[in-house]
Amino acid sequence: MTPKSTIPAFGVLALLMTGTAAFAADTLTVGFAQVGSESGWRAAETKVAKQKAQQDNVTLKISDAQQKQENEIKAVRSFVAQGVDGIFIAPVVATGWDSVLREAKDANIPVFLLDRQIETSDPSLYTAAVTSDTVLEGHMIGDYLAKITNNKCRIVELQGTVGSSPAINRKKGFGEAIAAHPDMQIVRSQSGDFTRSGGKQVMESFIKAENNGHDICAVFAHNDDMGIGAIQAIKEAGLKPGTDIKVVSIDGVPDMFKAMADGEANGTVELSPNMAGPAFKALIALKTDHTQPQKWIKTPSTLYTPATAQAEYDRRKPLY
Amino acid sequence: MDAMAPAPRTIGAVLRRIRFAGWPQLLALALVLAACRAVSPGFFHLRLVDGRLFGSLIDVLDRGAPVALLSLGMTLVIATRGIDLSVGAVMAISGAVAATLVNAGSPVAVAVGAALAAGLGCGVWNGVLVAILRIQPIVATLILMVAGRGIAQLITGGQIVTFDDRALGFVGTGSVLGMPTPVVLVALVAMSIALLTRRTALGLFIESVGANERASAYAGVGASVVLIAAYAASGVCAALAGLVVAADIKGADANNAGLWLELDAILAVVVGGTSLFGGRFSLLLSLVGAMIIQAMNTGILLSGIRPEYNLIVKAVVVLAVLLLQSPPVRNRLSRTGGAAR
Repeated sequence: MTPKSTIPAFGVLALLMTGTAAFAADTLTVGFAQVGSESGWRAAETKVAKQKAQQDNVTLKISDAQQKQENEIKAVRSFVAQGVDGIFIAPVVATGWDSVLREAKDANIPVFLLDRQIETSDPSLYTAAVTSDTVLEGHMIGDYLAKITNNKCRIVELQGTVGSSPAINRKKGFGEAIAAHPDMQIVRSQSGDFTRSGGKQVMESFIKAENNGHDICAVFAHNDDMGIGAIQAIKEAGLKPGTDIKVVSIDGVPDMFKAMADGEANGTVELSPNMAGPAFKALIALKTDHTQPQKWIKTPSTLYTPATAQAEYDRRKPLY
Repeated sequence: MDAMAPAPRTIGAVLRRIRFAGWPQLLALALVLAACRAVSPGFFHLRLVDGRLFGSLIDVLDRGAPVALLSLGMTLVIATRGIDLSVGAVMAISGAVAATLVNAGSPVAVAVGAALAAGLGCGVWNGVLVAILRIQPIVATLILMVAGRGIAQLITGGQIVTFDDRALGFVGTGSVLGMPTPVVLVALVAMSIALLTRRTALGLFIESVGANERASAYAGVGASVVLIAAYAASGVCAALAGLVVAADIKGADANNAGLWLELDAILAVVVGGTSLFGGRFSLLLSLVGAMIIQAMNTGILLSGIRPEYNLIVKAVVVLAVLLLQSPPVRNRLSRTGGAAR
């Protein structure tokens, strides 16, 4: 990967372009407006996209938006100007996409949304969205927690960033799952902002508020990073994560598999970083035999437990 | 810097000054702590876990340490009539440097030294922009605020770099005589800066540059050197805070470490009563300001209120503290009841 051009925008580091500007007739060229690299998961998503592009013989151009929508919009405009065969967008925010999507549509370039949905008055502006079912993720981990606690558990919840859609949906799914069990209750719930230190700090205070942790049966974190922070807080309080307080979360980052292998966590639902793979498949099908893809291509959500954690950790490590 | 003989100050005189200048802050801290006690009956309970004090009060000190460290450096910068927006990003750089180096096999001393040197470098950069190139502080430090996080991401490769080094972890989670290391670090840094500024003429120089830079220059104060020193101190404090935060989670999170903490640090200084127009400062009250902010955060977490209300509660408390300091409100309060005493 080599930085080749710099956006003259203030403070923005670089527009990272990969691959060469090859416009061979037999290979497709796809522009990917990526959010940035705000998490390990995001970096893995980019890495998988590059691998899948190579497998499918697609020329992939990736732009790093540094978490700014205006950079993503600029990137999409430049992809339109270059006449790429398809555009992937991992939208930073849900709104404000209509006009740039219309430009892509007018240029007859199919657009795929990766890992996040958008709000638009005209859904025909994009071809398909490839995302996971975040409500299902919450539901799956809730069901699993019910199973390992015999449907009886005082739960504390570490929410993601207030108002973010994964936080809302994962909470909803988890709530639905435990609603069937009257002895399972969320007794405390606060936001740890999806970060390790946030999760650690909130968990520390939960432990103090709940009889030094002895009244807590399990912690449900909306993402693995907060879960890992919670594990550290539990350890520092002199308790055993995984046994004294069970730890379940969502995302499936390598460090969580490591924690499970060490017996410090009990389960995670993987949010697959392979968002680009299904999008490449759909784009190639669309280009070769005009198969219209489904509007919502769901990526699989898989539950992982400590039993397979070590093997999964070894398998995943190189991706992150 | 030529150290002039310091003006003699008795402890009594210092205490008297604190009592008069700092009562709104101390009152606010007491009120916030009382509110914490109300929402969480065990708030003041302390016990030993693995030879380390454990309790909500210790959490306030421990969790407040990064902002406290930032606020110490920020106090000096604000006293020169400047501002340092880059401290959060410098934290990210420092953590990234230390984590990457220990993972590459460097001794902890080298990693910590390099992280602090990176902070010093960032501070000097800010200082040169402000003092030599005469760029407005808010703009000069904004450059590093934005670019710094990018630099940190380049160092970590956009990932959370975790490490297992116990000596580096000690900076965040260890304890000295039962006190968490970050709290001890804050105390040490606060004392060093207090000695440097109050036992030498440096503090006077900083205040005079903040009050009137041109007049101090005519009076023979090397304003540029003083300014650069203030920003450099802020950079080193930020680097130390970055080490604490990274060591705490045993990982350098370039995207989130220190995110928005520059605002908390400025708030701590302002709540502590240091004027943004420069010219006078109180390190102790900035620390009290940092503790007010953290006591509030901890109290909110203990209270069990819904996270949607967190920011509103914070805003109300901050407004109340600032109202206590507002001259018209203060005058009215002292006239009506001897609350001022």
